[in-house]
Amino acid sequence: MRLRLPRWAAVTAVLAVLAGAGTVTAVASDDPPPVHRADRMLDLDGVKLDTSYFTGGGDGRRPAVLLGHGFGGSKDDVRAQAEQLARDGYAVLTWSARGFGASTGQIGLNDPDHEVRDARKLIDWLAARPEVLLDKAGDPRVGVTGASYGGAISLLAAGHDPRVDAIAPQITYWNLADALFPQGVFKKLWAGIFFSAGTTAQPGAQQGTQPSAQQGVQPGAAAGKAAADACGRFTPELCALYQRVAVSGKPDAAARALLEARSPSAVGARIKVPALLVQGQSDSLFTLAQSDAMAKTLTANGAPVAVDWISGGHDGGDRETERVERRISGWFDRWLKRDTSVDTGPAFRVSRTGGVDSTDGQATLRAATADRYPGLTAGTTAVPLAGPAQTFANPAGAAPPAVSAVPGLGGGVAGLSSLGVGISLDFPGQHARFDAKPQTEPLRITGTPTVRVKVTSTAADGSAVLFAKVYDVGPDGRQQVLPAQLVTSVRVDGAKAGKSLALTLPAIDHEVEAGHRLRLVVAATDLGYASPVAPAGYTVAVESPLAVPTAPGLDTQAATLPWWVWGLPLLGLAVAAALLLTARRRTTAPAPDPELAAVPLQIAGLSKKYKGGDRYSVRDLSFRVEQGQVLGLLGPNGAGKTTTLRMLMGLITPDEGEIRVFGQAIRPGAPVLSRVGAFVEGAGFLPHLSGRENLDLYWKATGRPAEDAHVDEALRIANLGGALERAVRTYSQGMRQRLALAQAMLGLPDLLILDEPTNGLDPPQIREMREVMIRYAAGGRTVIVSSHLLAEVEQSCTHLVVMDRGQLVQAGPVAEITGSGDTLLVSLAREIDDALVEKTAALPGVAAATRADGGLLVRLDGTDATALIGELVRLDVPLTGVGPHRRLEDAFLTLIGGGAA
Amino acid sequence: MSTPTTTRTGTAESAPGYRPGRTLPLRVEALRQWKRRRTLVMGGILIALPFILVIAFAIGGEDNDRNGRITLMDTATASGANFAATCLFVSAGFLLVIPVALFCGDTVASEASWSSLRYLLAAPVPRSRLLASKLTVALGYSAAAMVLLPLVALAVGTVAYGWGPLQLPTGGSVPAGDALFRIAVAVAFVFASQLVTAGLAFWLSTRTDAPLGAVGGAVGLTIVGNVLDAVTALGDWREYLPAHWQFAWIDALQPQLEWGGMVKGTAISLTYAVVLFALAFRGFARKDIVS
Repeated sequence: MRLRLPRWAAVTAVLAVLAGAGTVTAVASDDPPPVHRADRMLDLDGVKLDTSYFTGGGDGRRPAVLLGHGFGGSKDDVRAQAEQLARDGYAVLTWSARGFGASTGQIGLNDPDHEVRDARKLIDWLAARPEVLLDKAGDPRVGVTGASYGGAISLLAAGHDPRVDAIAPQITYWNLADALFPQGVFKKLWAGIFFSAGTTAQPGAQQGTQPSAQQGVQPGAAAGKAAADACGRFTPELCALYQRVAVSGKPDAAARALLEARSPSAVGARIKVPALLVQGQSDSLFTLAQSDAMAKTLTANGAPVAVDWISGGHDGGDRETERVERRISGWFDRWLKRDTSVDTGPAFRVSRTGGVDSTDGQATLRAATADRYPGLTAGTTAVPLAGPAQTFANPAGAAPPAVSAVPGLGGGVAGLSSLGVGISLDFPGQHARFDAKPQTEPLRITGTPTVRVKVTSTAADGSAVLFAKVYDVGPDGRQQVLPAQLVTSVRVDGAKAGKSLALTLPAIDHEVEAGHRLRLVVAATDLGYASPVAPAGYTVAVESPLAVPTAPGLDTQAATLPWWVWGLPLLGLAVAAALLLTARRRTTAPAPDPELAAVPLQIAGLSKKYKGGDRYSVRDLSFRVEQGQVLGLLGPNGAGKTTTLRMLMGLITPDEGEIRVFGQAIRPGAPVLSRVGAFVEGAGFLPHLSGRENLDLYWKATGRPAEDAHVDEALRIANLGGALERAVRTYSQGMRQRLALAQAMLGLPDLLILDEPTNGLDPPQIREMREVMIRYAAGGRTVIVSSHLLAEVEQSCTHLVVMDRGQLVQAGPVAEITGSGDTLLVSLAREIDDALVEKTAALPGVAAATRADGGLLVRLDGTDATALIGELVRLDVPLTGVGPHRRLEDAFLTLIGGGAA
Repeated sequence: MSTPTTTRTGTAESAPGYRPGRTLPLRVEALRQWKRRRTLVMGGILIALPFILVIAFAIGGEDNDRNGRITLMDTATASGANFAATCLFVSAGFLLVIPVALFCGDTVASEASWSSLRYLLAAPVPRSRLLASKLTVALGYSAAAMVLLPLVALAVGTVAYGWGPLQLPTGGSVPAGDALFRIAVAVAFVFASQLVTAGLAFWLSTRTDAPLGAVGGAVGLTIVGNVLDAVTALGDWREYLPAHWQFAWIDALQPQLEWGGMVKGTAISLTYAVVLFALAFRGFARKDIVS
């Protein structure tokens, strides 16, 4: 074909904007900047092309991109990508090719005189746009991209028009004859789908295809539309070609020549622009061998080339649209915007399937990259194949056919092969197979394995059509996977007496695991291809090991994980550290006071108000306990005794004040608490363990030596007998109480704190308890007993601290508080009224007078009993007797002013 | 009672032999928890489940109505390894959440409810030490529960269905030795993904004196997470929900071991867990123990 020279001036005038050229500003929902779209019908030499022109915001001239669509589709298929490119700063022109969408004209399979010329005129049109960057007058800075049919036009435009500056063809062909007639065999199923997609497309009848629709060939478009004539919108020339080949089942030289002339390979030597070649691994239509040919030619021409094998392809699977479009934008940024800071990615990149992400059901892909494209036969390793020469039949009518890739089945069947499943079928007696030994280590095949075979045919003309494939066979020998579902066809002529030839197997990227083996299968039929219908016998023998390319230098990248996989746990750790560090006590523990080292307990200025409480539970409490004392902590309910003891045990933190035990300040878990034994507010045991286990485990929890426990002495106090071996949950209240006392005494602590210790004990036990406490203190230890059973305290304590409403009322030796003869009990004949009590209290020398059980309690302050009797008689108090009173209970009531108890 | 008459020797700081770092050893805490009825019941259920499933498969026979969906159920009786994977499949969603919530949620709250907590703290076991011991033991019991189920299932399954490769529901198979590794990876991930439940339960355990409240709260919030994950409108935000990844361990049973989901799930779970554990330690260090 001739290279037409651009005729700028004329063309600009010829291009007419036809009626109906709508101008729409497509404001993407939430993605600024908005993209401006202008739809126009361009009249190019009598053919109307439906175009859309997309520009993003911003002023100034920008590079342009021509974006083609797939076979059977229209410009609407690529709208999303066009809008994105416009947003990225390009002027984007999409168009429906001749014979597709709303465009008129006939399909010429990218005929240089028609479709390619259209593309050149579109470049002319772009050159006239005020916002398009020009290299020189009439020469816009322009890139061309598209998938499949649109990919081929990218290559062809670059070959036919020197104004094209960069291309990014996707899943397309280099030589259409090779794609449809591989090695002389007609790829009938794909060709049929191709042809029917073109015969049923009606001008203007196609609705705007969804953006998600495949950009490639759309088999579904063939449904309905039976009214179209047999040639549809194809040119008569192509229609005749197809019908001729389809009927004979065998491509002829004329057909080959026609398709080759319209292929990019025809102008291969003139394509010298930077090219990003994206080809699909699951593609039985345009195989990886097609892009390999492109890469070789373009590299030889001196053009920068990057090859990207995506996971999917025409057979289905993941087309990685988002990533590919991003890479294309990057490619154009580098070569159209000439932004040298852009990373255009590795020279060779393969998407490898890692497995299915169960959270979204998507196959996860990871990249393998190399800094140069190695071709399809790099780093071959020989895998010997075993098996004798095998004879098999080509069935009459070529049925039933073996099954490999099934075009149009969709659903990513080919992709399944990487997951260890897939549909493939060979009929017994219709194929030869040759097994390799199981792999001792994994083998990664990247490229086209090759093998020499000798073929003998019994067909009348001595020819044979064979289909070769390499299976990955599992360790059990039964399960086999056909990588990417691919098969290669070959037509052999003159094989009557045997002919030796090299079989080039499909290009794949596939890992054979250790323990798996490779299996070469040569079959007589395949569903996707036309093969001879006359019966024949074929004999195939392998003559060489299988040469397996491994593409050394191609490294699988670690799966890219989002930042938060490492970031979030680190962030969590930082937050956790911050939480813990800011929680440190405001002040460190006060230094121990050596002067108090022998003082079991000193409390100074202690206050505590519970959260939410309306009053202080303990207010400004101070007292001191000396060694050897048995201190009674007395007070009515709510006096703050238990709160004080809890603070003493470090369970709750005082608001103010300080507690020192043997000079050590108390705080939660202060080590000095190991010298304190406590029984506060009832027992606390693990109900499922026996009494003995409870004591045993409690002592072990303190971490102290077992011999320091003095378990026997503690158990004697508990006096539980055989019940000790029963689970605590079966104990009575009293039994638990005694066990708890025993626990408090484990290790014979220097300071023993007992809160209401006689609750639940019977009188003999109470008596013994009392003796235990007295003896305990006699040994130089100190005991603090809180109680409201005042008689108890009176009999066992040496000292008293009396509390009421959180405050200290009085502290001192028992005798000091109860007085020796200072308090008299005046027994009365009858009740007296309040006025009389008050008068009594007001007598000179009387400190207080309180009603008490059986009489009147009078505390003297200066007067004596005799004088008091005289005064009482004078007041008409009906006294029957007066005696000294030492009972603590009365003293206590007197001290706290009566009412509270 | 013979009363000692000599004052014991010991420093003013602490009783002889007392070291904060030796209090509440793990062995002691493990023993304290071991005989509890809930521990034994949980163990019993996990041991019984494989037997129940074997009986169910024996009675039920073949199930032909699967609507084309492929699940591990289809291959349950193919081998011992398959049976173990199936047991994991049926229990990972909920059954295995329970022991984690139970062991971690109950551990501090139950001591509080028994009043034994205050005696441990006054022993004194330092508060952080107490939590560390309890957390370690609770996580240990949780891990044991998760290992127990597949182990029993593997043993039961091997007796019932024989020792063989793991048949994958999608059609491939994994050799028996490799399958053990795969199942171990799956169990490890299930445990890692439950760390968030553990963190939540443990934190609640330090906040309440009601053991059931802590356990129920953790299970409840796990359910809320599952519900949220079902709201597809949340889109990518669901990736930050721990529940989103709870079945990522299935990736370990693919022909090709896929780590991505499990790594992500572990990252999310760890993040939440670390923060929740820190909250527990922080709150407990300052808390007034009034139980």
